Amino acid sequence: MIINHPILGPRDAQEFVYLGDAALIARPDGLAPGAQEAFHDYLYLRDNPAGLHRELWYHEQGDRSWLVVTRNTLTHEITQVELARDVARSLGRSK
Amino acid sequence: MTQENRISGGQIDRARTLRFSFDGHQYEGHPGDTLASALLANGVRLMGRSFKYHRPRGVISAGSEEPNALVELRAGARREPNTRATVVELFDGLSAESQNRWPTLAFDAMAINDRLSPFFAAGFYYKTFMWPRAFWEKLYEPIIRRAAGLGSLSKLDDPDDYDKGFLHCDLLIIGAGPAGLMAALTAGRAGARVILADEDFRMGGRLNAETYEVDGRSGADWALKALAELRSLPSVRLMPRTTILGAMDHGIYTALERVSDHLPAPLPGKPRQILWRIYSRRAILAGGATERPIAFENNDRPGILLAGSLRAYANRWGAAVGKRAAVFTNNDDGLRTAADLAAKGIETRVIDARKGEEVIDTSGRLGLKSVTIRTPNGTETFRCDALGVSGGWNPNVNITSHHRSRPVWDEAICAFVPGADGPPGLSSAGAAAGRLSTHGALESGAAEAEAALADLGLAAPARDLPVAEDAPIAITPKWYVSAGKGRAWIDQQNDVTVKDVKLAHQENYVSVEHLKRYTTLGMATDQGKTGNVLGLAVMAELTGRSIPQTGTTIYRPPYTPVAMGALAGRSRGQEFKPTRLTPSHKWATEQGAVFVEVGQWLRAQWLPRTGETHWRESVDREVLATRKSVGICDVTTLGKIDIQGTDAGAFLNKVYANTFSTLAVGKCRYGLMLREDGMVFDDGTTARLGDHEYVMTTTTANAVGVFRHLEFVRQCLCPDMDVQLISTTEAWAQYSVAGPNARKLLQKLVDQDISDAALPYMGCAEITLGGLRARIFRISFSGELAYEIAVPTRYGDALIRALVAAGEEFDAVVYGTEALGVMRVEKGHVAGNELNGQSSALNMGLGKMVSQKKDSIGMVLSQREGMTTANGYRLVGIKPVNPAEKLTAGSHFLEKGAAEVAANDLGWITSTVHSPHLGHAIALGYLKGGDSRKGQRLRAANLLAKTEVEVEIVSPHFFDPEGERLRG
Repeated sequence: MIINHPILGPRDAQEFVYLGDAALIARPDGLAPGAQEAFHDYLYLRDNPAGLHRELWYHEQGDRSWLVVTRNTLTHEITQVELARDVARSLGRSK
Repeated sequence: MTQENRISGGQIDRARTLRFSFDGHQYEGHPGDTLASALLANGVRLMGRSFKYHRPRGVISAGSEEPNALVELRAGARREPNTRATVVELFDGLSAESQNRWPTLAFDAMAINDRLSPFFAAGFYYKTFMWPRAFWEKLYEPIIRRAAGLGSLSKLDDPDDYDKGFLHCDLLIIGAGPAGLMAALTAGRAGARVILADEDFRMGGRLNAETYEVDGRSGADWALKALAELRSLPSVRLMPRTTILGAMDHGIYTALERVSDHLPAPLPGKPRQILWRIYSRRAILAGGATERPIAFENNDRPGILLAGSLRAYANRWGAAVGKRAAVFTNNDDGLRTAADLAAKGIETRVIDARKGEEVIDTSGRLGLKSVTIRTPNGTETFRCDALGVSGGWNPNVNITSHHRSRPVWDEAICAFVPGADGPPGLSSAGAAAGRLSTHGALESGAAEAEAALADLGLAAPARDLPVAEDAPIAITPKWYVSAGKGRAWIDQQNDVTVKDVKLAHQENYVSVEHLKRYTTLGMATDQGKTGNVLGLAVMAELTGRSIPQTGTTIYRPPYTPVAMGALAGRSRGQEFKPTRLTPSHKWATEQGAVFVEVGQWLRAQWLPRTGETHWRESVDREVLATRKSVGICDVTTLGKIDIQGTDAGAFLNKVYANTFSTLAVGKCRYGLMLREDGMVFDDGTTARLGDHEYVMTTTTANAVGVFRHLEFVRQCLCPDMDVQLISTTEAWAQYSVAGPNARKLLQKLVDQDISDAALPYMGCAEITLGGLRARIFRISFSGELAYEIAVPTRYGDALIRALVAAGEEFDAVVYGTEALGVMRVEKGHVAGNELNGQSSALNMGLGKMVSQKKDSIGMVLSQREGMTTANGYRLVGIKPVNPAEKLTAGSHFLEKGAAEVAANDLGWITSTVHSPHLGHAIALGYLKGGDSRKGQRLRAANLLAKTEVEVEIVSPHFFDPEGERLRG
């Protein structure tokens, strides 16, 4: 596969390490009430879509960017690649 | 008489003679021959034995689809089993052996299987070898493995090199027959970067095997002219002997180039084969078509070939299969074989299924002798030693299926053609697309190239199509002949017959996927290139469904079998993975150190001294000397991560379970890192060098994973934190100096005061060593007064030598990983065996380290139900009740008298060493409710090692439990 890195352009997927669902960005607050339940869902409940899937890839043999790659799990077509940091900020994450 | 069946013509160089041997017999051939064509020219029709029944078999094809003529090529370490004789390019001195026979090819004792065939029908293994279960491993499997199978491995190291390479192009064209050549000409003339790959050593495809003309010259001549033009185009790369193995994602294709297979051995410096990754913007499959047989009784005798292959041997190689030929066909293409053979002076009889004629049996056990036919006028048997069979042509759709596209049925040619949903960017041309005439191939090759050029934004040149035949194939379906009780073969490599398909149907395995797995149809190394469609057509007929309703199985990469060596490439032996050497490696090698692989690193395991004959002598000495005076150890392999920024403290609070923001500048702290599921991920010390500067250490094994995790937290969870990370593992050479005399030794080298007052326990500082910038950390893994000292890596060799010289007056030792391990077990420190990914901080006795006041990774789930039970596993120390007894890691704890079953399992020993300090074995382990079991006696049983020792549970701190030595 080829991942079109937002900064570096098209790179072979062999340079990357795969983590999983980009929902991992939405980490709950560990000090909030109900954190046990929230973390259970965060860590263990995943969608397994046949189709578009947003997922985290790490450019380990490259610039160490974490990317959110939107990939069709049926065809491997990649429709969008974003810096995970930008996605995290768009979700309201900060420090 | 040599080459008794060599006839006129062909693209072989008769001026030169090549000598080769098959099963020890000497033969002659010519450059341009394949092993198969040369054997046929020498009158050799019997080339192998079948997989299951050991039936005598000969070649049936002239290409990579060959199911039968598999040989062991070359001898010694270069022996290569299961090589298809049809694609082996003849070279002088070639030697080949037939396989799957004993003692000889003509007399094979295992042919008894053929007599027993009623027992070996489809599903035989499933039905027969079910029970008793114990018989499977000891009796059934060895027998089956010996009886069934193909070639054998040399079991010697492959002496040749295999390379991997990367290529980029605008347009990849797969196959250099008329369609591929025309596509390459079209795209090449437009200036596109073209790769034209063909598995054959001679490009041209069927043009080399036919007699009809293209543009007024022979097809083979036209191909030569086209290739000459393509060679003149700078943007075109021709890759003969190159098989496209598979369509990967995003326009990437894998290819195998056989660089040296046509030579006795690779030329110096050349690889045997190259596995290419070809990155293409567009691709055209012009891979041609494969002929399929018609099944009839005893249709597998040597001398019975596919009709198109029979004429390929005559036309391209000047090789006749026999003196009296016949052709059994259901289409006009078969008639071409008859005409071409007749033109070569071979008497050829046509049995045309479209006229109600059919072959009902044959004779000749080791080679075809006669054919029995049934016509509207009755049955007749006649002498015949070469029979060509044509049941039509199947487009080579294989690669279009690699993304799970299903081929679709084309009634006009009675064959499957590529589906519309193949790999993006790949189109098909020529016979692969169902355009079976030469004109159709040329025309579609040009058209597909023009379409590709449009996609690439390039202007196509004016179309210049050569004139060629455009005859229809005129096929009437004929799949098998219903006659007699004998077997009619469909898949010759896996010995699947019409009867097997009928049996599968009878037992309701009617879906093509079930048919395939029940009968093994198409599951051999040829992936059923000749037999698949025939098999499912028989099933369609039995079930009364059409072929499109029946459907087809699809193909996977690789297109043809690939040697493991090619997939491994250079990644074998020493080069299997990178080797990382520590800064003291050269010095340690000079001392005769014994090294151990730790991940990619080579670390000194122990450093034997003269007279030491057992590793324990060296390790005990290193431990005792360190505890008595001082020892030095290279700890460079620990991961080092530099962490800077105004939010660095907050960041460490997030990734470590314990608190770091309160750590004073100039201090170190042990840190425990959890995974989000609450299990311990890693541990190490982190030092605060400045207000906004920390240096973290990780375990050697997890250095890469921790860095990745930190980047995840930084970018994905805390994107606005002002914190920067860089791995400095390679930047610093770091040594531990431990023991009562550690300070005295170091003070000789360090420019600054490192007294207890200046550098207390857990202190750190930036210092100089005779002016050289360095770092010092007063931390200890051994339990001794200890320091770690770091210098820029290029001074690492100088520093180990300086440390050893400075240590001479203290009888300093350098110790390896074994002594390190002994001392950390004595001290009760956890390491890799305890950090097993299944253990929590609480399990390790470090539960209090997990701060509940801040939100760190893993904090919440470390407290979840089940993780905090009082009777959970706890880290304990273990010693044998009888000090003379040894302990075995992996032993499980049991109460006295308890049966050795999982329900009674109380935990296990994780690490064990001999403590020279205590004089007996000690161990760490996880024990249920371990904290309340101190002083108890249990059994430590290891059912694998068959050991059982009575042990006493003690504190994990065997040595200096109060830590007085650390603070000395």
